[in-house]
Amino acid sequence: MDSILTLENIDKVYGSKIKTQVIFDLNLSFQPGTFNSIIGQSGSGKSTLLNIMGTLDKPTKGKVLVEGRDTGALKKNDLAKLRNEAIGFVFQFHYLLPEFTTLENILMPQWVKNKRIEPEIQRRAEELIEVVGLEKVKNNLATDMSGGQQQRAAIARALMNRPRILLADEPTGNLDSETSNSIYRLLKDINKEFQSTFIVITHDKKIAERTDRIIELKDGKVYTDVTQK
Amino acid sequence: MKFPFRIAWRFLKSGKGQTILILSGIAIGISVQVFIGLLIQGLQSSLVDSTIGNASQITVESQENNGEIFNYQEKEEVIGNNVEGITEMSPTLTLPAFISLEEEAESALIRGFDLEKAEGIYGFREKIITGRLPENSAEVAVGIGLAENLELEIGDTLEVFNFEGDQGEVVIAGFFDIGVTNLNESWIVSEIETAQSIFQRDSITAIEIQVEKVFEADRIGEEVQALLDDDVKVTNWKDANQDLLSGLQGQDISSIMIQIFVVVAVVLGISSVLAISVLQRSKQIGILKAMGVNDRSASLIFLFQGLILGIIGGFIGIALGLGLSYSFMIFATNPDGSPVVEIVINYNFIALSFLIAVAASTLAALIPAKKSSKLQPIEVIRNG
Ligand SMILES: Nc1ncnc2c1ncn2[C@@H]1O[C@H](COP(=O)(O)OP(=O)(O)OP(=O)(O)O)[C@@H](O)[C@H]1O
Ligand SMILES: [Mg+2]
Repeated sequence: MDSILTLENIDKVYGSKIKTQVIFDLNLSFQPGTFNSIIGQSGSGKSTLLNIMGTLDKPTKGKVLVEGRDTGALKKNDLAKLRNEAIGFVFQFHYLLPEFTTLENILMPQWVKNKRIEPEIQRRAEELIEVVGLEKVKNNLATDMSGGQQQRAAIARALMNRPRILLADEPTGNLDSETSNSIYRLLKDINKEFQSTFIVITHDKKIAERTDRIIELKDGKVYTDVTQK
Repeated sequence: MKFPFRIAWRFLKSGKGQTILILSGIAIGISVQVFIGLLIQGLQSSLVDSTIGNASQITVESQENNGEIFNYQEKEEVIGNNVEGITEMSPTLTLPAFISLEEEAESALIRGFDLEKAEGIYGFREKIITGRLPENSAEVAVGIGLAENLELEIGDTLEVFNFEGDQGEVVIAGFFDIGVTNLNESWIVSEIETAQSIFQRDSITAIEIQVEKVFEADRIGEEVQALLDDDVKVTNWKDANQDLLSGLQGQDISSIMIQIFVVVAVVLGISSVLAISVLQRSKQIGILKAMGVNDRSASLIFLFQGLILGIIGGFIGIALGLGLSYSFMIFATNPDGSPVVEIVINYNFIALSFLIAVAASTLAALIPAKKSSKLQPIEVIRNG
């Protein structure tokens, strides 16, 4: 099967005066529909790598191919469009817009397209709200929700445009273990249902063990890469 | 376009304190700008009006001093048919003379008018304070100052004469006060025929003209001159009132300076508050960009905020400015109750002020918009 996301010989060097290289000649590729986890010690380069995969950051050297397209060759606007259509993000912090309600935040990736919201899209948003269990607070402002609810809203938002790739950086890092478990169960279900590719950074070995593939980073290199049945 | 507008609107709505702050800044600035503009315009037009509102603005005279103009009806017709923008035209036979009542003699200016036509320029009818305007020949109205100096009364017969030997007798029909002391002390107004019979001629000395646009008097004057022979000369009020004109110009410049500084202060104010709002909202901008909002839309979010603030602030500002102007007219009054300055609503000026409010606010949003456009999502996401 063709890989949906490929990293070729990625280097990342931070700083211009004092240079610190944090990713070293890294190669990885991901198969469509799989649930991948990235683990590794703090400072091993996980977030750096994920941001490069999501085209939010540029590698110092090497190529990032999304669905076969070299993102380094894309113009800024096309890159923005690609992110809107193909990639969903969940970060440790929810980054919901406090000026908008939960439902509006979830619809936001559609609004960005600047088109009329068709009834079908509206229905999809309502469905997502149900999937993440936020029916009761859907008209609350994003600030008027608990941390777990906010994170679930952020997940629903990331899924709104049916992205082929969902990138998550410690999505439950701020949550208690019970909430965290329920969110991973949710992610797992969504992964099955929508057949999108998940790449999730986590600290939690137990959670990683429940995914299809565990990639461990160490000092900016792939240390182990285990695909489980 | 819809997306950035939607976000802009919501940002403004949810940042109420800030929005109200900026709106009051724009509104106060524009209201001051409108008020000062209208006040100065009102001041100037009342100044111009009091100077030349009741006077000849373009005068057709003979090249010689007190020289004669013949066939004046013909000339009036030529001018009236060919020159645009003339509101009043009145022939006059005006000559200096002496008047005497019993022993006392005094120099005076005999002003023979076609009173019907002269009414449009001088408004004598309203200025008669006792008696009435002259009706038949040999009747005159006398300036109140002159009347007091000579202790004249209605019905008195005056003798009029000059050194050329012209002379006649006239009866006083009324006294007028035209508001200017030295005219009140010298003018004697009659029908043109009365003056013609005293001075024994059927010519006149001048055609007096008023125009719609007083500041174009010089241009219109040239048009009039071009229609007539070289034996007449055409003068206009601007030539004789250079001091007034440069005074007005100075006022114009200082009024414009004040308005510019007010607008600049408004721009700086909005700009800094909006710049802060970009900083405060960098998380939102960052995540929107991660979601696929391009740089142009990200900057439009702030440009639209400027635009919306400008439109609303402009409206409020103009309303306030008009309110200020009206209250100024109501509360700043002369002892007789008339306003110190008659303020006239100049729609073009108001529309211009509105445009300035909108343009200035949008301009003020440029730097914040640029900031928003430049913001990299990674900066926000990396630093939480
Ligand atoms: N903007 C930056 N400038 C310089 N160095 C940076 C910058 N961002 C990250 N680094 C360094 O790069 C290395 C990798 O950072 P990264 O955030 O990718 O680690 P991580 O694996 O996500 O760690 P954590 O588990 O703590 O989130 C670290 O040593 C960090 O200090
Ligand atoms: Mg990290």
